[in-house]
Amino acid sequence: MRDFSYIAATTIPEAVALLDEKGESARILAGGTDLIVQVREARRDVDWMIDIKSIPEVNVLDYNADSGLTLGAAVECYKIYADDAICDAYPSLIDATTIIGGTAIQGRAGVGGNLCNASPAADGIPPLIVLNATCVIAGPNGEREVPAEDFCTAPGQTVLEKGEMLVSMKIPAPASNSSSYYLRFIPRNEMDIAVVGAGASVTLDAAKQTIVSARIALAAVAPTPLFAEAASARLAGREVSDEAIDAAAEAAQAIARPISDMRGTAEQRTHLVGVLTRRALNGAIQRVRDAT
Amino acid sequence: MARRSHVQTTINGETVEFLCEPRQSLLEVLRDELHLTGAKEGCNNGNCGACSVILDGRLVNACLVLGVETEGKSVETIEGLAEPDKLHPIQDAFLENAALQCGICTPGFIMSAKALLDENPNPTEHEVRYWLAGNLCRCTGYDKIVRAVLDAASAE
Repeated sequence: MRDFSYIAATTIPEAVALLDEKGESARILAGGTDLIVQVREARRDVDWMIDIKSIPEVNVLDYNADSGLTLGAAVECYKIYADDAICDAYPSLIDATTIIGGTAIQGRAGVGGNLCNASPAADGIPPLIVLNATCVIAGPNGEREVPAEDFCTAPGQTVLEKGEMLVSMKIPAPASNSSSYYLRFIPRNEMDIAVVGAGASVTLDAAKQTIVSARIALAAVAPTPLFAEAASARLAGREVSDEAIDAAAEAAQAIARPISDMRGTAEQRTHLVGVLTRRALNGAIQRVRDAT
Repeated sequence: MARRSHVQTTINGETVEFLCEPRQSLLEVLRDELHLTGAKEGCNNGNCGACSVILDGRLVNACLVLGVETEGKSVETIEGLAEPDKLHPIQDAFLENAALQCGICTPGFIMSAKALLDENPNPTEHEVRYWLAGNLCRCTGYDKIVRAVLDAASAE
């Protein structure tokens, strides 16, 4: 592997100062499951790895039924799905964190790293989008917040500027009669990269018959994970029905602009967007209805 | 070249000190510096699980951890499993079930199985198969491995 230096930062200001000083030659090390492979395979030039796992703020995993979830940028997947209250509140996040790699990957990899790696096929990002997550970013000029759907700008590229790092993601407390769902299509049972991924969150009325609001997000059909805003808006105020869900799925297909590669053709991916969007919406609705 | 760092860690219950470069993975440190060659290098990118070890109680791929990251931590490897005159029950179960052929994946499978049984002493077959999904074996077809892990669970 390429030679580089390693620094374990212990505070946010220390990490930010290092990032600001070293610029492009520095990279944050959290779980390392993407970064170490990229450096080893010479796909990323890194002279400085700044390990943030000793910084308290990036290890916060705090859920409160009133204020919601603060998910530190370095919190590993296994800690998320080990928390029963988080499993109940944000099932789409659990759908994703239990399928990112295998057990050994989930022991190191986190959703924050998944977000910063900015893969178009990232399983962790659609749940953040449908759950209305806000990304808390620290930098030389202080803190700023960016909605999850605006965080990735291109494959491997994010809104993070020189000296900036992701500290945490904040997810609002779930509304009553709401739930969420994430699924992907892969040709195997496990350990694969999404051909297409789709997430949905829905809030139903008290009778659980009418959709108050919904959010749909897609993975692996564009240069970044997508928030299907128009498709989501179509569902607001609609009674739960196959027609309403089909219309949303069609609207989601309309924004997909997939490529053809070894995992699937553009045509297959566009088809899958329709199938998976319907399944994600129906899955989220079923979870609302199954809840007591 | 980046300066070699001094690292103190616990490996299989014993305090160990070593020098390593930041770019050396835990797998390279184990094999090349400490001569613990049980963990194997298969893919070196986190897909195959041949280098599975337990780091502070969690299963990890040693190829995806830097040696310098293990300062102050505890590492369990296949070398720490058997007692001098007695195999670990998971090792016995692998032998009884003929759950190995070439043996390259076996240390990883056994460490992965140990991490599973430490957390869930009575897993279902489904749970075993999903837990072991990150460990690849090109010889056995997996069935004997799954049966060995289930046998080890009922024996423990």
